[in-house]
Amino acid sequence: MTETVDLLDPSALERAVVAAEKAFADAADLAALAAVKPAHLGDKAPLQLARRQLGSLSRDERADAGRRVNAARTRAQDAFDGRRVALVAERDARVLAEESVDVTLPWGRHPRGARHPISQIADRIADVFVAMGYEVAEGPEVEASWLNFDALNFGKDHPARTMQDTFYLAGTAGGDSPDSGMVLRTHTSPVQVRALLDREPPVYVVCPGRTFRTDELDATHTPVFHQVEGLAVDKGITMAHLKGTLDAFARAMFGAASRTRLRPSFFPFTEPSAEVDVWFPERKGGAGWVEWGGCGMVDPNVLRACGVDPGVYSGFAFGMGLERTLQFRNGLPDMRDMVEGDVRFSRAFGV
Amino acid sequence: MRVPVSWVADHLDLPSTDPDEIAEAFVRVGLEVEDVHRAPELTGPLVVGRVQEIEELTEFKKPIRFCQVEVGATDGGVRGIVCGARNFVAGDLVVVALPGSVLPGGFAISARKTYGRISDGMIASARELGIGSEHAGILVLPPGTAEPGADAQALLGLDDAVIELAVTPDRGYCFAIRGLARELAASFDVDAPDFADPAARVEVPHADRPSWPVRIDDAAGCLRYVARRVSGVDPAAPTPWWMQRRLLAAGMRPISLTVDVTNYVMLELGQPLHAFDATRLTGEIAVRRAAAGEKLRTLDDVERVLDPDDLLITDDSGPIALAGVMGGASTEIPETHEPGSTADVLIEAAHFDPATIARAARRHRLPSEASKRFERSVDPQLPPIAAERAAALLVEYGGGMIEPGRTDVGTAPEPRPVRMPLDLPDRIAGVRYERGVTVRRLRQIGATVELETGDDGKGLVVTTPPSWRPDLAAPADLVEEVLRLEGYDAIPSVLPAAPAGRGLTAAQRRRRAVSRALAEAGHVEVLPFPFVGDEVWDGFGLAADDARRRTVGVLNPIDADRNRLATTLLPGLLDALVRNRARGLEDVALYHIGQVVLPHAEPVAMPEVGVAQRPSDAEMAQIEAALPAQPVHVGVVLAGDREPRGWWGPGRPAGWADAVEAGRLVGTACGVELRVTKAEPAPFHPGRCAALRVGDWVVGHAGELHPKVVDALGLPPRTVAMELDLDAIPLTEARPVPRVSPYPPISVDVALVLAEDVPAAEVAEALIDGGGELLEQVRLFDVYTGEQVEAGRRSLAFSLRLRADERTLTNEEANAARDAAVAVAAERFGAVLR
Repeated sequence: MTETVDLLDPSALERAVVAAEKAFADAADLAALAAVKPAHLGDKAPLQLARRQLGSLSRDERADAGRRVNAARTRAQDAFDGRRVALVAERDARVLAEESVDVTLPWGRHPRGARHPISQIADRIADVFVAMGYEVAEGPEVEASWLNFDALNFGKDHPARTMQDTFYLAGTAGGDSPDSGMVLRTHTSPVQVRALLDREPPVYVVCPGRTFRTDELDATHTPVFHQVEGLAVDKGITMAHLKGTLDAFARAMFGAASRTRLRPSFFPFTEPSAEVDVWFPERKGGAGWVEWGGCGMVDPNVLRACGVDPGVYSGFAFGMGLERTLQFRNGLPDMRDMVEGDVRFSRAFGV
Repeated sequence: MRVPVSWVADHLDLPSTDPDEIAEAFVRVGLEVEDVHRAPELTGPLVVGRVQEIEELTEFKKPIRFCQVEVGATDGGVRGIVCGARNFVAGDLVVVALPGSVLPGGFAISARKTYGRISDGMIASARELGIGSEHAGILVLPPGTAEPGADAQALLGLDDAVIELAVTPDRGYCFAIRGLARELAASFDVDAPDFADPAARVEVPHADRPSWPVRIDDAAGCLRYVARRVSGVDPAAPTPWWMQRRLLAAGMRPISLTVDVTNYVMLELGQPLHAFDATRLTGEIAVRRAAAGEKLRTLDDVERVLDPDDLLITDDSGPIALAGVMGGASTEIPETHEPGSTADVLIEAAHFDPATIARAARRHRLPSEASKRFERSVDPQLPPIAAERAAALLVEYGGGMIEPGRTDVGTAPEPRPVRMPLDLPDRIAGVRYERGVTVRRLRQIGATVELETGDDGKGLVVTTPPSWRPDLAAPADLVEEVLRLEGYDAIPSVLPAAPAGRGLTAAQRRRRAVSRALAEAGHVEVLPFPFVGDEVWDGFGLAADDARRRTVGVLNPIDADRNRLATTLLPGLLDALVRNRARGLEDVALYHIGQVVLPHAEPVAMPEVGVAQRPSDAEMAQIEAALPAQPVHVGVVLAGDREPRGWWGPGRPAGWADAVEAGRLVGTACGVELRVTKAEPAPFHPGRCAALRVGDWVVGHAGELHPKVVDALGLPPRTVAMELDLDAIPLTEARPVPRVSPYPPISVDVALVLAEDVPAAEVAEALIDGGGELLEQVRLFDVYTGEQVEAGRRSLAFSLRLRADERTLTNEEANAARDAAVAVAAERFGAVLR
């Protein structure tokens, strides 16, 4: 009995609580805390045993002693909880610190690819015109001379034919007969003819494509290059419409401040004909006019060769070199970079 | 065409003499300005000198002259000047830059010691003075041009700017001061009397007999032939300085009075002339085509074998000139002559068929100043005028007299009137021009214009173009004249209302999808040239009868070793791969989407088609049949690491599987799952090549390149490649209806042991066929050969995911489905569960 009395004794309870608080405070980590918990809060712990002894007290004594035991027990539990929170926080801080990495390490495990800037600009131009209601037309690179020249109003011996620096092709009939009637197309204009032969007017098409001329490769020339050609044939098409279309095109490519200027020129397949200059605000060396391409009203002879009545329909056409457009738009010094296929060049333009 | 401003100003009252404003005026009417050569920056003292004595210095590597030159009393009388040129003699007038003068390019002249003598100034060449490109010797002025000590700067006309123009092929008349002055007059809107046609200034007197018998045998090639004869010309007479000066400024070299006069008149009026030595002509001149095998020694001393299409000037001795291209050596006026002798000159001014001259110049590779003009057409009314002008100049500066007769045979073609609705320029431009503009502008270019009322009561303009404008043949040509002279700036900017479009075609969308998919997967697009040499096919190890060897040849290639058009994208891609590696870029994945050129085994001839109307469907079909097939291919090449090494571990080299995967990726982008089967065509490694199929149809190949190909082409080891015919993949609009079951799956793994040459893809197909509807996915996760299985066999471990659509699957059902799947694999390939 003495023992029981001792356990419920206020000083005994105080000793148990102090012992528990000290043990918990001394626990260095969660494992140590868990290890000392049973001795102070477990079934065999003095405070638990004291609670069990309450039943042996008289009713009067019990209420008083019960309050003391509960208060002691709450203090011990609070000491435990407080220490546990502190140790969990300490653990979390330590582990996360240990797991931290150098996030600046490179990855690059899946190398980047890229589309060629010429493909990108061709798509962009196509999109500009598709948004205006045009279709994108295409044609073969090895083309009939009739489509590349004759149908476009190039006379058989007219100097304009030699102006184009044509790659002539051998006949495929066994030997390399010179008059194959085929050339590597010198411009995308034969696609215009194909478009007019394939479709009933109104015809609004844009034709991006690869073209060929016998220029030696240097910083501003390449024998294999790309053009984009536009053609509109409809009733009542005027040169004002041509100008409006070119201005819209220029704004889409070079920004809202851009516009175009026409200078009289000559192409066999347009009459009147003009060179197109574009106002380029970001031109190297200051805003100014840059030669961009050629254009004009479709020559009635071309319409006739395509079976379109020039008495009813009129049309305009224009064409630009994509390499040249890219060269001055981006300020690229050397056209050879566009044809050599160095991955560093294309990668700069992304996908 | 180089145009000295002073020359144009002779015929036109210019509102401005600022070269930039004149250049701008040319541009406005359609002449492209290539350069404006302003008056050279030059400060004196620049004087005329007379060479008194020449001392030849021979002790140096090249002969040097030390000259005593009289430069006038105010500049010190006589000065000693060292000179390296030899094209002068004592007594000649030269141009001396005295110490203190600065020649173009900031070249300052001072008295200095050179070649052991004090050179007290410099004797200048035309180029050093900035008046032309001539630098073969110093500039020697004609005798009597000026006295020693005269200021050379004004005398030389050094204040004259030269504008260099590019002339479009339709405007032959602009290869002359005459045409350019008219263009400039129209651009500045200057009319008579402030503009005068230089041809109209020449008086052509009546002549009642021919000057030489001439017969035109080929009226299609030579439409008109005029000849005028000048006798008693002093062959040594110098060309006056003003004429030399203009020739130099126009980029031509003064040679002799006769040659200079014909060139001068050509530059001024546009009519090429030829001067025969009349004493060396024998009998009647006949203009005819060449006979096969006929020969002619031309002025450049080359003997040319003639083509039956060549047009010739002949006399009794045979060919004496290649018409419109170059004269013959046998009738040339000799450069050297007896003192006191005279020359008897027959001036030819003819009108030739442009196409004939164009072909001849091209055939003989003789693009001359004459042929350049003839092939762009020359005014057929000019021959008597130009001949008269040349004859008069010869007499004025060379003495002698014009013989009374003039030959003029053939007929000049008459311009045909063009009828055009009066409002056509307005309708084409989209502009309402002021009344009278059309008529005024057409008259300004020299046309005769009348107005008529058409049957419909509307106004018609009947325009007879001037004789020098054969390019004005249709209403559209006249429209251009009105529009360009009124200025393209007057045309407003109006966007047409295009009809509703249909967007990109399915094929165009697909090509973009493929390109983007390959790029996103790490491939870089390149755009190689299509030119290859035949030997690349040997490098590829293609059989002699391989269809890819059947190529189209380029007749005028840039590089003679690459004169064929590629039938596959791989050569170009591999070139780019090698170039990247050569630049130190080891890990390369490239792709190219482009046409290849596949000629037909049985070629079809290209039809002759006219342009008067639309070609018939049959003609179009024949054109298409004659062209080679040109499908769009997709090619990929990889070398080095597909995934680089890094702090995460080692890299993964690109292998055959990456090439096959690139093919699958293209298929996926096309909405098609390509089937992969084993294949072994060149240039691939026979054990590491896959055929890519749509159904059973082979659309391409992928895999590792054959080691021999790698060696032959100098490629990195284990280079892999893929190429497929994009056009051969059918365009299918996929409309998938996926059913997504919400019930849980059961996954079962099976390891099958079977012969190692059974393709895994076929085993997977067997499992799919046997697994039935419950089998949602089959995935190969391990391949094993080794001790645990017998030799010649391997174990393929698959993970099967099974699921039912409308209920939770039971283990019994899953096992039954697995057994059914395995049973089909067992039946087809003798597979046993491991």
